Amino acid sequence: MTLIKETDYGTPQAASEKMVTLEIDGQQITVPEGTSIMRAAMELGTKVPKLCATDMLDAFGSCRLCLVEIEGRKGTPASCTTPVAPCIKVRTQTDRLARLRRGVMELYISDHPLDCLTCAANGDCELQDMAGAVGLREVRYGYEGDNHVFRNRADGSRNIRWQPKDDSNPYFTFDPAKCIVCSRCVRACEEVQGTFALTIDGRGFDSHVSAGMDEGFLDSECVSCGACVQACPTATLTEKSVIGMGQPEHSVVTTCAYCGVGCSFKAEMKGDQVVRMVPYKDGGANEGHSCVKGRFAWGYTTHKDRITSPMIRERITDPWREVSWDEAIGHAAARFRAIQEKYGRTSIGGITSSRCTNEEVFAVQKMIRAAFRNNNVDTCARVCHSPTGYGLSRTFGTSAGTQDFRSVDEADVLLLIGANPTDAHPVFGSRMKRRIRAGAKLIVADPRKIDLVETAHVKAAHHLQLRPGTNVAVINALAHVIMTEGLEKRDYIRERCDAAEFARWEAFIREERNSPEALEPVTGVPAAEVRAAARLFATGGNGAIYYGLGVTEHSQGSTMVMGMANLAMATGNVGRNGVGVNPLRGQNNVQGSCDMGSFPHEFSGYRHVGDDTVRRMFETVWRTALDGEPGLRIPNMFDAAIEGSYKGLFVQGEDIAQSDPNTRHVDRALESMECVVVQDLFLNETAAFAHVFLPGTSFLEKDGTFTNAERRINRVRMVKAPLQGKHEWQAVAELATAMGYPMHYNDASEIMDEIAALTPTFAGVSFEKLDLLGSIQWPCNDRAPEGTPLMHIGGFVRGPGRFVVTEFVPTEERTSRSFPLILTTGRILSQYNVGAQTRRTANVAWHTEDLLDIHPHDAELRGIEDGAMVSVSSRVGATTLRARISDRMPQGVVYTTFHHPVSGANVITTENSDWATNCPEYKVTAVQVSLSNQPSGWRREWEEREEENKRIAPMVAAE
Amino acid sequence: MQQHDMLRMANQIAAFFNGSGPELAVKDAAEHINKFWDPHMRAALVAHLDKGGEGLDPTIVKAAGLIRRPKTVNA
Repeated sequence: MTLIKETDYGTPQAASEKMVTLEIDGQQITVPEGTSIMRAAMELGTKVPKLCATDMLDAFGSCRLCLVEIEGRKGTPASCTTPVAPCIKVRTQTDRLARLRRGVMELYISDHPLDCLTCAANGDCELQDMAGAVGLREVRYGYEGDNHVFRNRADGSRNIRWQPKDDSNPYFTFDPAKCIVCSRCVRACEEVQGTFALTIDGRGFDSHVSAGMDEGFLDSECVSCGACVQACPTATLTEKSVIGMGQPEHSVVTTCAYCGVGCSFKAEMKGDQVVRMVPYKDGGANEGHSCVKGRFAWGYTTHKDRITSPMIRERITDPWREVSWDEAIGHAAARFRAIQEKYGRTSIGGITSSRCTNEEVFAVQKMIRAAFRNNNVDTCARVCHSPTGYGLSRTFGTSAGTQDFRSVDEADVLLLIGANPTDAHPVFGSRMKRRIRAGAKLIVADPRKIDLVETAHVKAAHHLQLRPGTNVAVINALAHVIMTEGLEKRDYIRERCDAAEFARWEAFIREERNSPEALEPVTGVPAAEVRAAARLFATGGNGAIYYGLGVTEHSQGSTMVMGMANLAMATGNVGRNGVGVNPLRGQNNVQGSCDMGSFPHEFSGYRHVGDDTVRRMFETVWRTALDGEPGLRIPNMFDAAIEGSYKGLFVQGEDIAQSDPNTRHVDRALESMECVVVQDLFLNETAAFAHVFLPGTSFLEKDGTFTNAERRINRVRMVKAPLQGKHEWQAVAELATAMGYPMHYNDASEIMDEIAALTPTFAGVSFEKLDLLGSIQWPCNDRAPEGTPLMHIGGFVRGPGRFVVTEFVPTEERTSRSFPLILTTGRILSQYNVGAQTRRTANVAWHTEDLLDIHPHDAELRGIEDGAMVSVSSRVGATTLRARISDRMPQGVVYTTFHHPVSGANVITTENSDWATNCPEYKVTAVQVSLSNQPSGWRREWEEREEENKRIAPMVAAE
Repeated sequence: MQQHDMLRMANQIAAFFNGSGPELAVKDAAEHINKFWDPHMRAALVAHLDKGGEGLDPTIVKAAGLIRRPKTVNA
């Protein structure tokens, strides 16, 4: 294994189709028009010396090191900013160029410390490399004069130019003394990340990099994405882990295990220790960018809280007892079998994880269907994107999102509904911002004033600040305007959609009750704003819809997904680049866990268990009879447990006791079970109710695949051996075997081969092909051997696209005199979902507790000041949080995150759910907020359980 | 599953399909329940329908004959 270094071509690839031929150092080369001479030279293998250029950023031309000579032209132009031209003759190395470059380097080095041997960038410093490349042998200017290098001047007085190292960011340091002011960090923050937190302050020799208003990095607007650190050619911006450990010696390309963007990273290693995670430029989803979580928040993988030994206990109040794998698996199997004998075949089931690999998920659902002999398997997609699956299948014929991420580069109008990409899908958020800076228009439909409504160099054309729970009314109003003003694409509809269904929908949507004026009292959005947004979407060019859980987590989540599909079909916005209906999926493998047959009614590839042909195929390969009846969904499992018919649960890497709504209801369900098996990294909230704990593997120890929101199957490669000595799918196969159903695989690739054999959309997928192509977007089969980045080209998967009547039905959750505010929940950039991982990293520097955001007026009415402790109560429960007064909130709506179990955000959320899929209505809970001077009852209860139910008995020495 | 949860869920399904007119609604609602409700839940619904289906949307009541009756719930 070696350290992977992607080629740096110096400037970005040109998009032109027109080709230009030129001569560089006597060799001919043909490149697209607009390519820089520097890039053309690199394509020939000639590295022109450079410092300020890198191919992630536009050419800047400041370092003057990449000078070249062009026959017939005067002077020595910079090769990074000079585009190629037909037939020119370029020389990259002459005596004059060599002299000039040495002169430039001499000036750079005269204001740079010479501590190379003890410098953290030693071995990875472009300044050092360039000094070598240009043959720098002396620096004639000395260090006595004006400089940024030394704290004191030669006469002992204070050097006002010198600034101390800033180590406020938990993950990297900024050492101005080593800065060469190449502006790469500033440009990375602007062009790649789009935050504009950095600038070059001052002029001439006074120029220096400044975070915010010359603040520490942590206090500035910096979001710690790491793009600047990656761009820095010197040790000025360096990961603290590199400072501590030294340079890595080998790397492995793998996939991030946080959100649904699914970024590719190089895990840069020393032995089996990770030095740093660096975004991989050839990664299809992220193309070299990252966020604070994937880039830096991986320390949890070796956190002291990690459990590496299997454990069992009789009662959930007993201390845990560490046992061997055989004993733990044997114990779980015996318990599950006993439950089935007593309460029946369908009295047990399991939940697969969106954080685990496709192979691990496939193994769990197979165990449940074949060894448990029922279909009581569900996955956490139930509580996030299940309405997407239902809604898109019904309208387009497949639950798949329609585009790849790159498609946004060709979108002209972005309609963003119920999603907050800059926090929840940051790398895609950056991509969106880049497109908006380049001229695309943005419409935001969200109760909150999210960052994208107005942020540096981005301003939404329209912000439809709707009341929570009125999505369907807004989408109907938008479609009403388009259909009544004649803005629909008739030809597209006639060619591609079902005429009868369209006629029914058209009659419905044109009714006056769906007009923006009629719905304004319900949605709270001014009718004129809705009309303007509808006109922009229908006539502004390529219209792309992007959405998140603000769409799905409602009682009408599925209806809303179909409403968006209607809008996309009516405006002809499906089936090419730059358009589409794009779900931003929450977790790294939520797409994959659904694809792998985790739903109680579907085998892998979304085929109903009642379909005899499909079931027989699985029965033949799995050599056992399978149940043709749908099983229980997660909320149904809880209901059945409380009722007494459901007694055993296998939970793979999900923390239902924290993440699912109405926590007390979930707790009661878990308490009434006789055997709960948890497979996880940590003793999470659910483990407090468990009888068997099977330690899991972190993503760094997994071998398999994740599938991201664009259906891209990425390899997850084993960076180091499983800490607890076993792959998760091995433990699952052993449990299935102990239950009487023999299950065995030699490695993860065998599981993928079985998936491919049983699932038409995965037919062409194998580890071998993935290693060859890098990634594959399903469907991948004989018709599309390299995958399908874009769906529905020329026609819909189901045949004619189906318009569906989407009647607005208000949720039963209403505000009242007792509960006058609406609570909505979500996540933030630095923390991730239940926080099990991110809370165990330095990311707590940005978010130590969940806060309740409240509008200034609502706060004033209740006497609440910023930072006050408040009680938040709904009809099902109450908790206490610290309030933050925020003008991001509309009046009447409050917001919190659910990253910390002690906050108990889900103690308040209710049992309401989507009509089609039972996806919980997290986004609408009627609450009251009032000042509080004591911790909630929930907090005391949680603290007690934290103490009591998570005890591990001390090991007793063997006789 | 508590009775009021069952009623709420069934009525929510009816409310959606009612949008496409009464005839389609009955068929689509039954199909939806057959496809997504496990045998225990269907058994509970059928039992309630057999007793007259109080509190249920008329669409669900009319769909009674189309809702698949589970054979044996827990063999």
